[in-house]
Amino acid sequence: MDNIILEMRGITKTFPGVKALDNVNLKVREGEIHALVGENGAGKSTLMKVLSGVYPAGSYDGEIHYDNQVRNFSTISDSEHLGIIIIHQELALVPLLSIAENIFLGNELATNGVIDWKQTFARTKELLDKVGLNEPPTARITDIGIGKQQLVEIAKALSKKVRLLILDEPTASLNETDSDALLKLLMEFRKQGMTSIIISHKLNEIKKVADKITIIRDGGTVETLDCHNEDISEDRIIKGMVGRDMEDRYPPREPKIGGMLLEVKNWNVFHQHHRDRQFLHDINFNVRAGEVVGIAGLMGAGRTETAMSIFGKSWGHKITGEVSMHGKPVDVSTIPRAIDAGLAYVTEDRKHLGLVLNNNIMHNTTLSNLEAVSSAGVIDNHKERTVATDYRSKLRIRSHSIYQEAVNLSGGNQQKVVLSKWLFTNPEVLILDEPTRGIDVGAKYEIYSIINQLAAEGKGILMISSEMPELLGTCDRIYVMNEGRIVAELSKAEASQESIMRAIMRSGEKH
Amino acid sequence: MVTETSTQKTTPSIGDYLRNNIREYGLLVALVVIMLFFQVVTGGVLFKPVNITNLILQNSFIVIMALGMLLIIVAGHIDLSVGSIVALTGGLSAIMLVKMGIHYSLVVPLCLILGGVIGAAQGYWIAYQKIPAFIVTLAGMLVFRGVTYVVLQNRPIGPFPKEFQVLSTGFVPDILWFANPLPGTITNLFALVAVLVLVGLAIYAGLKDRASNEKHGTENEPFAFFALQMGIIAVVAIFLGFQLSTYRGLPNVLVVMAVLIALYTFITTRSTIGRRVYAMGGNEKAAKLSGINTERLTFYTFVNMGVLAALAGMIIAARLNSATPKAGVGFELDVIAACFIGGASASGGVGKITGAVIGAFIMGVMNNGMSIMGLGIDYQQLVKGLVLLAAVFFDVYNKNKG
Repeated sequence: MDNIILEMRGITKTFPGVKALDNVNLKVREGEIHALVGENGAGKSTLMKVLSGVYPAGSYDGEIHYDNQVRNFSTISDSEHLGIIIIHQELALVPLLSIAENIFLGNELATNGVIDWKQTFARTKELLDKVGLNEPPTARITDIGIGKQQLVEIAKALSKKVRLLILDEPTASLNETDSDALLKLLMEFRKQGMTSIIISHKLNEIKKVADKITIIRDGGTVETLDCHNEDISEDRIIKGMVGRDMEDRYPPREPKIGGMLLEVKNWNVFHQHHRDRQFLHDINFNVRAGEVVGIAGLMGAGRTETAMSIFGKSWGHKITGEVSMHGKPVDVSTIPRAIDAGLAYVTEDRKHLGLVLNNNIMHNTTLSNLEAVSSAGVIDNHKERTVATDYRSKLRIRSHSIYQEAVNLSGGNQQKVVLSKWLFTNPEVLILDEPTRGIDVGAKYEIYSIINQLAAEGKGILMISSEMPELLGTCDRIYVMNEGRIVAELSKAEASQESIMRAIMRSGEKH
Repeated sequence: MVTETSTQKTTPSIGDYLRNNIREYGLLVALVVIMLFFQVVTGGVLFKPVNITNLILQNSFIVIMALGMLLIIVAGHIDLSVGSIVALTGGLSAIMLVKMGIHYSLVVPLCLILGGVIGAAQGYWIAYQKIPAFIVTLAGMLVFRGVTYVVLQNRPIGPFPKEFQVLSTGFVPDILWFANPLPGTITNLFALVAVLVLVGLAIYAGLKDRASNEKHGTENEPFAFFALQMGIIAVVAIFLGFQLSTYRGLPNVLVVMAVLIALYTFITTRSTIGRRVYAMGGNEKAAKLSGINTERLTFYTFVNMGVLAALAGMIIAARLNSATPKAGVGFELDVIAACFIGGASASGGVGKITGAVIGAFIMGVMNNGMSIMGLGIDYQQLVKGLVLLAAVFFDVYNKNKG
């Protein structure tokens, strides 16, 4: 059992402008459950994509040894042939096909293109028994719950003779019972000698099943902990995940906090698609003038949904609750009304929701407030140019001109264009959703400086971020969200990475 | 692809400029080449004054509908029903004019409003109920064709009153007849003078625009290109104007078409509505989150299409001097093809009015040229199909290379 099945040596992967992985090492023994932990954006998923061939050999530096041989996977099917199967967070199942069809999709039991349904169903039944799923092979994916869908994915992996199973946040969208069942299944597989790598934020689960824990931070390996040699506490893991010095990464600011701006009371929202499921429960928070308020939480905690449901009810349905500005209730039922009320929302997904990529910087800048550069519906070219040139130099957008298309800008500069657009609507409260995601360190500093500048001008900033150091470095007050609720409000003095994590974990145990 | 640091202004070289704008120049060059080709193979018939007039009369309605279709395609949709709207509005105008004897000054606006209502009926399902435009307008294509058969009781109606026919077969009278220097050759001096004035205005506006760009530090196209482009347009326009002036002058539909082209060029390039349509087509979610009422905007692009299709319907009915239930069959495909040949993107957000107009004329000249050569409708369809494919392939090829 002391056989090393996988060793990744010195993996370095660079994207334009960002070093996603820097000399990462990972060693996995055959038959163990190896947990990979780290903050969002630390590089866990990127590492697994390198391993599975999503990023082909040659697009990264370093070596992958599997079964004591150097491997160069150039496609996913290369790695699948050797039994490396990855199950992504977003399941890759076709909703309207049956369980059996999904399991053998692209790998059909057929002769000369004619599918042998008898054998397909029989084999499916066998696989479903192995994962403990009691559903007929003909059931459609869309008709079974998400927990069962996860099991179908695993059955699919088994059908491909999996030796190394990689699970990316397998329990993120599962309830407790389903999570437990899944973890039990993993332990069962371990007995049979299968190796798994599990990526998860749920440290209590990791503690339960993992033999080894490798911690990744900022694209580099921090350490690998052996759970059998010592008793690893969650605090110990968190320390590894977050422990870094924070000096000089955040520009200094003297908070001058003024009167009440945004207040949200008793905000309840049902899920956009699963219409009978309440997603946000009794959200209450406020932002004052000149204040930078953070919302911390894990992925799926409901932070983006909170912001979007407030901003013109652009997410969710059956929304109830009250939003007020300066103590007076305001109408935020449509996006134009929310903008009129003084809100701006800078989305976390700037490519799909923030920018019109094939439009130039100027057109993107003025899009939300075209009235200000036009009269009677006719755009004043000169005025528009002046506005765009102004923001380009104020926010230091690096481009060859305001006519450069947004698609050709780096992440940091794209984010500055989105910020320009919203600043031009002259909002009182800016909601920034992951404002520095996918941006390199230098540009991050510039974004923080802009945030400070805006706060100094008396605007209220609500900042959603998955990077805790960022929240701690910039915010005056931090709300912690988990599972659709605000579970803690921490002053600057109270807030630390440990206290935030603790608030999340404690609230999670209550349910 | 990431341009990071160069903040200083650079003047692009002619080669760069050509590469970046190859689509637009390419289109213009293609039109000129196709015209010259057919001029030669038809033994000079193509540019005969009577044929130029015919060309304009035959294609005006395609161009007019392409203006609305371009907006719809830029918005990220499609409209397959325009051919049927043409037949229906033509038929209804005939019933009102011929059977009911309503005055044309009332019938024309009524039909335009009707077109708008038809567009609204389709736009509602597309914009507010989120049913794909392809399906809604496919249904509309069948429904409105059916309604036309019903209201016309499967029989053509005609002839129209003279005043209505003028809409499509009339010419602008020669108000400058007293000053004609060459009464033997030129039979309608106004046509030539009008074209000369317009060319002058275009050059003046272009130069002014360049000067203003210069002043505000905006990138200009290299002067050589500006001059060449203006030169080609001026020569072609003046030549056509002269030819028209030796025949019956400017057709009324040409004037209507020119005014509409100018109007829609203005809307797409200078108005907030135009800007929002492009933004919506480029990224609907981002546009919506930027506070744009994307539903309403989509709705209005279809209302607008309905109005333009109604206008086209009346022009066609007036030209044929009869409304038939078969009018406009297959027009939607010509109109859509014109937009795509003109560089519009099927995924939305990209396309120009000038492109769609040139695209419509490329198809028109080919139709006309092949008809003169005596090629059957079968070959014409084949060639048109190949040209459409080639034009779009050219786009895709350029994009991948760039």
